[in-house]
Amino acid sequence: MSSNTLTVRVGGDSAAGGIVTTGEVFARIAAYAGLEVYTTRTIPAEIKGGHVMFQMRIAPTQVWSQGDELDMLVAFDQESIDRYFAMVRSGGILVYNSNDSKPSMPDGITQYALPLNELAKGINFQRGRNIITIGALVKLFGLSFETATDVVERQLGRKKELLDQNLLALKTGYEYVEQNITQTAPYHLQARAGATKEERLVLSGNQALSVGAIAAGCRFFAGYPITPASDIMEFLAAELPRVGGTMIQAEDEMAALAMVLGAAYGGARAMTSTSGPGLALMQELIGHAAMTELPVVIVDVQRAGPSTGMPTKVTQGDLRMSVFGTNDDAPHIVLAPVSVEDNFYQIIHAFNLAEKYQVPVIFLSDQDMSVRMQTIPAFDLSRVKLEPRLLWDPDGGEKYQRYKDTPNGVSPMSLPGMKGGQYVAEGLEHNAEGEPNYDLEWRTTNMEKRARKVRLAVQEVEALKLYERFGDPDAEICILGWGSTIGPVMEAVERAQAEGIKVAVLYIKMIYPLHHALIEEFIAKRKAIIVPELNYVGQLARMIQAEFWREVISLRKFGGTPFKTREVYDEIMRVHAELKKSAKKPVAKKVTAKKGAPQKKARR
Amino acid sequence: MVMTLEPPKFKFEPATLAPNEYKSGLPPVWCPGCGDYGVLASFLRAISELRIPREQLAIVSGIGCSSRFPAFVEAYGFHGTHGRALPIAAGIKMARPDLVVVTVGGDGDAFSIGMGHIPHAIRRNMDIAYIVMDNEIYGLTKGQPSPTSPVGIEKKASPYGTVERPINPLQLAISCGATWVARGFSSKPKELGELIKAAIQHKGFSLLQVLSPCVTFYDTYDHFKSIAKPLPAEHNPHDRLSALKYAMEEETQYLGLFYQEESATFDDGYAAMRARVTKPDYGVREIMEKYMR
Ligand SMILES: Cc1ncc(C[n+]2csc(CCOP(=O)(O)OP(=O)(O)O)c2C)c(N)n1
Ligand code: SF4
Ligand SMILES: [Mg+2]
Repeated sequence: MSSNTLTVRVGGDSAAGGIVTTGEVFARIAAYAGLEVYTTRTIPAEIKGGHVMFQMRIAPTQVWSQGDELDMLVAFDQESIDRYFAMVRSGGILVYNSNDSKPSMPDGITQYALPLNELAKGINFQRGRNIITIGALVKLFGLSFETATDVVERQLGRKKELLDQNLLALKTGYEYVEQNITQTAPYHLQARAGATKEERLVLSGNQALSVGAIAAGCRFFAGYPITPASDIMEFLAAELPRVGGTMIQAEDEMAALAMVLGAAYGGARAMTSTSGPGLALMQELIGHAAMTELPVVIVDVQRAGPSTGMPTKVTQGDLRMSVFGTNDDAPHIVLAPVSVEDNFYQIIHAFNLAEKYQVPVIFLSDQDMSVRMQTIPAFDLSRVKLEPRLLWDPDGGEKYQRYKDTPNGVSPMSLPGMKGGQYVAEGLEHNAEGEPNYDLEWRTTNMEKRARKVRLAVQEVEALKLYERFGDPDAEICILGWGSTIGPVMEAVERAQAEGIKVAVLYIKMIYPLHHALIEEFIAKRKAIIVPELNYVGQLARMIQAEFWREVISLRKFGGTPFKTREVYDEIMRVHAELKKSAKKPVAKKVTAKKGAPQKKARR
Repeated sequence: MVMTLEPPKFKFEPATLAPNEYKSGLPPVWCPGCGDYGVLASFLRAISELRIPREQLAIVSGIGCSSRFPAFVEAYGFHGTHGRALPIAAGIKMARPDLVVVTVGGDGDAFSIGMGHIPHAIRRNMDIAYIVMDNEIYGLTKGQPSPTSPVGIEKKASPYGTVERPINPLQLAISCGATWVARGFSSKPKELGELIKAAIQHKGFSLLQVLSPCVTFYDTYDHFKSIAKPLPAEHNPHDRLSALKYAMEEETQYLGLFYQEESATFDDGYAAMRARVTKPDYGVREIMEKYMR
């Protein structure tokens, strides 16, 4: 591991308080100092108590994954040492609470003891152990004390009294290291020249998505609390009324989406957000929105398991429900962002496609990118273009037909209040006026009309660049993926390239419908197609196999944590070796094959 | 015409339309003799008398015979999914407080699959009039018992008689704190028209249960006629306990306004909050800057 990136994990019991705060504040200090930050965290589903860890990776240039091994472990308790010590690389660092644990002294690991309880007692601030730790880290890594003070003031400065205590704690930790620890840390990360002058944001995927929704003109939101989507609702609860919008916490997810349908019918750009269990409850209404041709955006921040299965763990397991869910055929669109930053731009596309084609758009984020805090470039607001809804012209002189067939299937919509534009948003099959009608002719015409809109929407993939493509265009091995797995894939491909192994990568962001020409062209000449994803059955892999009649290598992980760079890298190497072995026979593997896929690790 | 972020602002002039002029021209699909015809006629008269412009009215329904209602009225309509009429209507009202929003549907739609939404519309005091056409049966699905069917009713889905007791919707609504609660009867069109008018005029959530028999699967005309009586003159609709007492009466189904109170609506409350927190020159740029390092 190159020494200009630093991967730090902070672990402790959530009842002791402040583990996530420690991580976030330290990550922000690094960010404010001009460094790039990438964080991950696991929190227990329990409200109080339970083990928590926060991991951050810090570097002068942007990093794309959480890092495979630890350069440093900050352990608030013995449990953290027991759990994570094995992950610390040789030459790494352990910072531990010497009032709680007595680690053995293995070779090659530098240890720093902090008597956290004593230090906290000394300043009469038992809950200050986390800020003391931050002070110590700032000194150890040669970061600026002024920046640290500034961040603590901004992050924890709500109450004057508490702020003073926190600042004292920061100083205590800083000075303790200054006076007692003579070893210097092997890391002194230098920011790139001019880095602090760049406009950069420190936020999570959910926050990026929420800012994006407001930029996209969302002015109505209804939702129901569910981890890890609640942040979006809470963000919009604070910001929507300030920009003239409305946010309501509904009584359940069906009510939430029903309200969004109503608001969209009334003319608002409207959205709901949920996680898998909520999306399951919304299915009927999604079909209804497709039938009534209402523009709505449904965000699913995917998490593992049913009901409260593994609410704080990541999955990409809702692809099938999003694509194949709802009753009967219900033409709709499914989009997926690939990163924290991408949440902002893609949610705008989601609104624009919904409004332009008058269809429901499901937006598949995931737990990993939703809670992960990261440094990213400031959003380019000049790139925000709003696609308006096609409205009926009351002065056109024609009798209004809500579901009038048109070449692209999009019918001008009237809004309540427009004289002469009265119609019923009709869930029954209907004629052009929206009057119930099940005749074969109307059923055929309208199903075709609704499907045509979505077919045409696929063509936007090129103009909106709803994909990422990188690597070597002429490689024999390719990776076709979606969502947040792009980070480890990017790093794995870089590593493989450094060893002379070529890999081409395509990440699709319109998951449904699939852009056939784009994918066809991409996979056509490859000898091996690797489809990495975080679910058990290989949901995208199977979709690709079914639609393109090609065998793919399904690389799956379903344990609730993101891919490690090494896991993707190892698979590339394995496939490369097999290709070499059977130079003539193409290496294809059924999706059910187990060999090589990191499922065993995932099951831990 | 294309739209930017917000729906255009509309100005509504009081209409001068006869009840017939509010008919969509689509003939109702109900069986001859269905109580819902009476509800529709009274409704058309009410909105005509209230002089509501056709384009200002949004009628939302769920699924059922009674939920076919919006198609028969020349107004904006929304034929939703089973049980979700209320939250759909709430969404319309929140996005467009300038509209008159009415929800219609049956007892199954309202008190079975959609029951979970009623207490919430009540606690929010959403400015919506909810007209429930209660035939004590599932009409559209051909005669299964509903949550308001009496104990022991023998239907195809309850060949040996039901064992569940019926729900009392008015008692429930009053207990939940509804600000307007009444009962009408499709065979008393004049009184029903007045109740519909008052329900629409009430600022806040109003629940109007209408006894509206299903002649095909559960003909309750004679039964309803024998037990329906106007509320006694001494009942004071501002007296919640008295309202509850008459609502709980099972032998007699009282007709009229049970309860009414003035209370702030969701829209009022939210608009006041919004006015408090809205900042001039505040938008995406300012929101983004909060996350700038
Ligand atoms: C989700 C769902 N479940 C079931 C149905 C079938 N269904 C249609 S109408 C209805 C009951 C209608 O009863 P009610 O609301 O009392 O209306 P009525 O026909 O009596 O006027 C049912 C169960 C459906 N359309 N959707
Ligand atoms: S089945 Fe009953 S409720 Fe339905 S239309 Fe006929 S009479 Fe009315
Ligand atoms: Mg009924």
